[in-house]
Amino acid sequence: MIWSQLPQFFVSGLTSGSIYALIALGFGIIHNATGIVNFAQGEFVMLGAMTMISLTQVVGLPLLVAFPLAVLAVMAVGWLMEIGPIRRARSNNILILVMITVGASITMRETAMHIWGKTPRTLPPFSGEEPLVLGNAAILPQTLWILGITLLVVILLGFFFNRTMVGKAMRAVAENRRGAALIGIGVYRMTLLSFVLSGGIGAVAGIIVTPITTMSYSAGVMLALKGFAAAILGGYGSMKGAVLGGLLLGAMESFGAGFVSSAYKDAFAFLILLLVLFIRPAGLFGKEEIKRV
Amino acid sequence: MEMKTNGTLLQLQEVNKQFDGLLAIADVSLHLASGEIVSLIGPNGAGKTTILNLISGVYPPTSGEILLYGESISGLKPYQIAKKRVARTFQSVQIFQDMTVMENVLLGLHHRLQSGFVKGMVHLPAERKEEKRATGQALETLEQLGIGHLAYRKADSISLKEQRCLEIARSIVSSPCLLLLDEPAAGLNIRETEEMAEIIQRLRQQGLSILLVEHDMNLVMSIAHRVIVLHHGLKIAEGSPEEIQRNPEVIKAYLGGTLSA
Amino acid sequence: MTKTRKKWIFFLGLAVVVALLPLVVKGGYYLLVLNIIAINGLVVLGLNLLIGFAGQISLGHAAFFGMGAYFSAIFTAMYNTPPWATLLVVMVFTALVAFLLGIPTLRLEGHYLVMATLGFNIILYILMVQMEYWTGGPSGFAGIPPLHLGSFPLQGDIHYYWLLWSILLAVFFLSLNLVDSRVGRALRAIHENELVANALGVNTELYKVIIFAISAAYASLAGSLYAHYLSFISPKTFDIFYSIEIVTMVVVGGIGNLWGGLLGAAVLTALPEVLHAMRDYALLLYGVILMGVLVFFPEGLLPGLVKLWSEWRAKKALVSE
Repeated sequence: MIWSQLPQFFVSGLTSGSIYALIALGFGIIHNATGIVNFAQGEFVMLGAMTMISLTQVVGLPLLVAFPLAVLAVMAVGWLMEIGPIRRARSNNILILVMITVGASITMRETAMHIWGKTPRTLPPFSGEEPLVLGNAAILPQTLWILGITLLVVILLGFFFNRTMVGKAMRAVAENRRGAALIGIGVYRMTLLSFVLSGGIGAVAGIIVTPITTMSYSAGVMLALKGFAAAILGGYGSMKGAVLGGLLLGAMESFGAGFVSSAYKDAFAFLILLLVLFIRPAGLFGKEEIKRV
Repeated sequence: MEMKTNGTLLQLQEVNKQFDGLLAIADVSLHLASGEIVSLIGPNGAGKTTILNLISGVYPPTSGEILLYGESISGLKPYQIAKKRVARTFQSVQIFQDMTVMENVLLGLHHRLQSGFVKGMVHLPAERKEEKRATGQALETLEQLGIGHLAYRKADSISLKEQRCLEIARSIVSSPCLLLLDEPAAGLNIRETEEMAEIIQRLRQQGLSILLVEHDMNLVMSIAHRVIVLHHGLKIAEGSPEEIQRNPEVIKAYLGGTLSA
Repeated sequence: MTKTRKKWIFFLGLAVVVALLPLVVKGGYYLLVLNIIAINGLVVLGLNLLIGFAGQISLGHAAFFGMGAYFSAIFTAMYNTPPWATLLVVMVFTALVAFLLGIPTLRLEGHYLVMATLGFNIILYILMVQMEYWTGGPSGFAGIPPLHLGSFPLQGDIHYYWLLWSILLAVFFLSLNLVDSRVGRALRAIHENELVANALGVNTELYKVIIFAISAAYASLAGSLYAHYLSFISPKTFDIFYSIEIVTMVVVGGIGNLWGGLLGAAVLTALPEVLHAMRDYALLLYGVILMGVLVFFPEGLLPGLVKLWSEWRAKKALVSE
């Protein structure tokens, strides 16, 4: 019976939900610092995975060395994106900046196609393939890696934003850009930092998810959409909302695929998202913006 | 108890407004008769602009009633209140910079004109006639305020004083029954302030009812029939300009306000 | 008043160019590109009204485009309904769907319409792929009947060139009127400062929803025409990438500049065709050019070029003095 599969749906929902949460966090960090919706967020994820594949399979580096190197590489991409087109743009119109990230996303995607080709690739799991059986659910070791690393990233980010000077400064910029500039916070540096940080988080998401799926040059698009949806679901710009929105979206999708039809899996996830938007447009944990003169 | 005369245009009954638990307006009651100029004064943060925002529907009161001609308007949206012929200006000039002066004034006539989406697209003679009539009316109002010659300039290319006049033109072009002016003299020099006083005097002579928020005491004392003093969201005094000038509470509030500011 | 006259002179100029172009352009391929420009131009026109005049972004216009195409295809090919009547009914229906989608989402500032339209687009795309009985699934829907003018059947690229460009010019004419009318003024006011517009008596929520519905109707019209013209449609055309492409055309051409939007549609429709010679590198170059244009001409290609031109003229005048 389908009910006996419930725990399995739950586990797989939690797994993909973690990935969506990480991507949603990436969206949130850039949005809070700049107001931009970064369409290249999914490409960060893809680039992280692809770099990791090259470093381990072509260069032959061990996992523990390749992982941080791949993350650093994508951070560098985020850095280049900010000091390049974003900073050079002769406009501070958010829409223009958003469309520049669309251009950047196409550019990254196509560059990746030329470097890594069109065939999907994958990574071996971090440790073994023997699933743990817990009641009705089989849990792959990689699933545990995903949950653990996501939790670690969330804790580190929480520490960064709540305990460190730089993190607090970034929150101040998110709260009030001009006010932050007035008390001497380098707003440009915070913008740069947000792109670098988002790049890093995206890369982590890509590296940990690839062993249980596959990765191709164009896979970033759908991942970004899901992450964006998760961010909206939780309340755009809210860090807590991003994490919970991601997990919720993952669960909805997994149960939708199980109970309705896997062909309509994505449709189901987005349909629920639309319903949530109609009932509570500011997302589950977001504040409604008050309009001021 | 307030005397409810036939001429009562606007009435606030024990209006409260809270923002995130902070009480911005506390139990304020006031009324304004047809043809009257009432001035709201008070130190910074006293809640004067909040009262204008409440009347014009920017946000609803937390409790209390706002009545126009005895009919409740609390909770209505700004555009609905504008349709009831309550017009306003803003503390920091809010004109549409990307449009011409003329287009700005025509927007003030928006709710008095008829042509909708379809008529606008097809551009029939009826629509053209309406636009032409509106343009004439707008030009007349601009000339009345002495800026008729600027009608086809872009709105961001004129001086602050002219922008304030434009804002007033935009609000009176539809001949409102009540005009809410939010610091019309802010940022103007002495001579320009005098000119502004003359303009308001003329509006008064035309029988317009005005609720005036203003910092410039000379301006207030010279044109208001009645003055209401707000302090920390409370109404602390009300009376003729002369009475207010002698009121010890008012003097204290102002001195205190200045010292702590 | 001279501004109005100038506008109509330009419009007449455009009409003349459209009328004369077939004398120069020969060959089905170039006509095909021109026809696709007209179709994209229609969608861009509607979206520009939404982005440029109501300040709202939709990433789901491919869905409205697709609704026009698929409903026209299904009804005319499977049930033999009259194409023109179907096209009109579908347009109204699509506008109604957009209206309902807009009511809850346009009430608030922020990314809500973006997300709602994006989600709507994805759902519709999946339906197009999955509902094979109606849509033909991923392999597409073939055998859509051509349009007739009276009893005269429209066949081949040149017939559709005249039809598509006439419709585009007509809709462009209506849109130019709208922008300069009372409603257009109110929409521009909403874009600049929504609260002040509201305080002046503009029902801002209603206006935004209506303009969203109108822009969806334009897209639906374009979709129906596309289906009848090519007689074959497949879901690929109506995915979110098309939605993004259309927004890009608006932004590159110049937000709120209807003329610029047409230029954006023309340039970005033709660009991949020009870049086709670069084969695999075409999309990469497209991305780089897109970024370049936005970085250096953020106000849009047309306003940017006009500015460059007037600066150049001013400089020349200075030198000759």
